Amino acid sequence: MFVLIIGGGKVGLNTARQLMQLGHEIALVEQRRTRYDLVAELRGEDALVYGDGTEIWVLAKAGIGRADLVVAVTGDDEDNIIISQVAKLKFGVPKVVARVNNPFNQPTFDLLGVENTVCATTAMLNLIMHELPTHKFVHLLSLRREKVEVVELEVGENSPFAHTYVQDIDLPEGVVLAAIVRAGHALVARGATEILPGDYVLCLLPPGKERELIKVFLPEEEPERVQFESELDTSEG
Amino acid sequence: MHVVIAGCGRVGSGLARDLVTQGFDVAILDESADAFHLLGDDFPGEFVVGRALDWDTLRRARIEDAIAFVACTDGDNTNIVIAQIAQKKYGISCVVARVYDPLRAELFAQIGINTVCPTRDVRVSLFDAVRACQIALPDQEG
Repeated sequence: MFVLIIGGGKVGLNTARQLMQLGHEIALVEQRRTRYDLVAELRGEDALVYGDGTEIWVLAKAGIGRADLVVAVTGDDEDNIIISQVAKLKFGVPKVVARVNNPFNQPTFDLLGVENTVCATTAMLNLIMHELPTHKFVHLLSLRREKVEVVELEVGENSPFAHTYVQDIDLPEGVVLAAIVRAGHALVARGATEILPGDYVLCLLPPGKERELIKVFLPEEEPERVQFESELDTSEG
Repeated sequence: MHVVIAGCGRVGSGLARDLVTQGFDVAILDESADAFHLLGDDFPGEFVVGRALDWDTLRRARIEDAIAFVACTDGDNTNIVIAQIAQKKYGISCVVARVYDPLRAELFAQIGINTVCPTRDVRVSLFDAVRACQIALPDQEG
């Protein structure tokens, strides 16, 4: 595969390195002179293009016309959006992945049809939440294109689901109870599986269903203190 | 008749005053609070400080009530992005974006954004100015 990466920061450079190790052909576009020189020193100038990756002629020079995948990972969200749109509209690139620097800009990516996005801040936030011992509801993963969220819930002694069989649980519509993690081992959630205090339950759900699920699963939790990723993303949107 | 302008530089501030003179109700936004001085002390419209990419800034400029939106920040990409937000999110039909790069101006015009390209316009003006000097024309056959 030929992958064109725009932005030679830590993300772009490491993506390039990894893809090269896997045997893919890559080209990397960087516009800051000092960064360009640094990368050239490390990697050589092969496949390195100096210029503004939001300029159509720079992208053309870098070979976007034959790219199988374009990765827009500059530090500016408006630039990543424009690169994605130019790649699709002008050059018909089959697949584009764009980096979201500021989670507040996620709704703009969604609005403008940039579907494949990665947000390091949101991912890190979720991982940090996962490590907080007091947090009973953790957002693990957003599969944006598939419109599926993956969340983890910790079953407390007082949870209405403690000592309950999976088949007897009345979940909000669209929510799938997929697996139970007990003492470090994952169990497939079958109808006859009993949920015990101390279990972690993994659920798949459509975006926007978190609050409903929390009400059912953790009635004692104060909803204001829970991080809702989908609500952050579409705040008043 | 509310109009929102993003970017209070020389162009945005002058346009804001022109529109106010025509009787429009204008809100102009800029990420720098200092940009306000370009408007003059007697500017009767609203001035909003914030990044144009933030929907909250746009709402504070009452974009929901706007009949027209002009994007003239100093960034081509910002202008193209916020013009699309005005169109798609707030359903404004009169949206104009300044785009210096002729290639991007042309491409995004094709998908329905009304782009104004100063580079192209200045090129035409300069060409006309040279022609207006009435210097001898080069030999066309050469």
